Amino acid sequence: MARLTAGLTTSHIPAVGAAMDLGKTGEDYWQPVFAGYDWTRQWETAQKPDVVVLVYNDHASAFDMKVIPTFAIGCADSFPIADEGWGPRPVPVVEGHADLAWHIAQSCILDEFDMTIINEMAVDHGLTVPLSLIFGQVAKWPVKVIPVAVNVVTYPPPTGNRCWLLGEAIARAVASYEEDLNVQIWGTGGMSHQLQGPRAGLINREWDTAFLDRLTADPEALRRMPHIEYLREAGSEGIELVMWLIMRGALGPKVRELHRHYHVPASNTAVGHIVLEPAP
Amino acid sequence: MTEPRDIHAYLAEFEDIPGTRVFTAKRARQGYHLNQFAMSLMKPENRARFKADEAAYLDEWPLTGAQKKAVLARDYNALLDEGGNIYFMAKIFSTDGKSFLQAVGTMTGMTPEDYQAMMIAGGRSPQGQRSKKEQR
Repeated sequence: MARLTAGLTTSHIPAVGAAMDLGKTGEDYWQPVFAGYDWTRQWETAQKPDVVVLVYNDHASAFDMKVIPTFAIGCADSFPIADEGWGPRPVPVVEGHADLAWHIAQSCILDEFDMTIINEMAVDHGLTVPLSLIFGQVAKWPVKVIPVAVNVVTYPPPTGNRCWLLGEAIARAVASYEEDLNVQIWGTGGMSHQLQGPRAGLINREWDTAFLDRLTADPEALRRMPHIEYLREAGSEGIELVMWLIMRGALGPKVRELHRHYHVPASNTAVGHIVLEPAP
Repeated sequence: MTEPRDIHAYLAEFEDIPGTRVFTAKRARQGYHLNQFAMSLMKPENRARFKADEAAYLDEWPLTGAQKKAVLARDYNALLDEGGNIYFMAKIFSTDGKSFLQAVGTMTGMTPEDYQAMMIAGGRSPQGQRSKKEQR
């Protein structure tokens, strides 16, 4: 049977992808951003997951204002890299796992999560920057990826509790898949940042740190946190952090923290990254 | 498990956050064509046509005069007031060859150098930026 073995979260800042693509990772500005991923790259080499369920948000790339799915799952065999206005990132095409993806979609719908099924979709920095951070610059991604795109742009986004429950449903779906696969779930986006208006540039290190702590110490509090708290404390784009709760819900009631990284700034944003595994 | 929420109270709270426009249904409706115009700049041939004659390209879209004026002026605060969403407006500043850091900074009234320096120093403090009403 398929096994959900670990989860991680990471910011997915576009400038981080650009820094990698343009060979700037050794610069003083960028070096501390990337150093925090060294541990994870080593760890991931040993973990060798077969599939990553990658939770992210599309940034007006695959979805425009015509169709706004709250939860969408990519069920294709492959996903091309989006042109976000300056040409597609020079990274490999993302290979899907259509069979497991359809299994998760079907299972979640019967589990009362009415997923939108996507058969053709370009993926943007929200999905490719995390892959670059964890796997580096490679000719081919070493995992298959099931994209789960969440609307966190047009209000209201799903509640934290709903995200948590979707994570639980994804975990049940993975556990009922017959092939023996090592599956990870990644939550991406965040941490504190605001990309608009006179309040742009807001960063809240204290709140971000508490959020990272609570992923292991008090996830129930995160689950009940209303949107307004994310907006007030972590900035308007900090709302992306609700997506981390899909990852967290999937890992079960107790988790062990394996690694953490936090750095300010990358572009306008606080970089947050944590690696968790389910605990008995 | 989840108690029902009052949508009116939920939306009203957003107006209490200083210097922020939350992309609510009202803004999404107001800015529908503005955002779809911006989305059209994802295609290289549209970017070329837009750059060649911005005003003519804008006239192809059912935009208000205020929306067109804000695009031409690259006034991102005005664009958000007109229902623009930052991820869609990003298509405009990407067409101009500007980064998020450069474009976002223009909305703060700070110089690009001062904004960049603030970010390197740890970003804008949330102190006094959480609530207009409670001034915290």
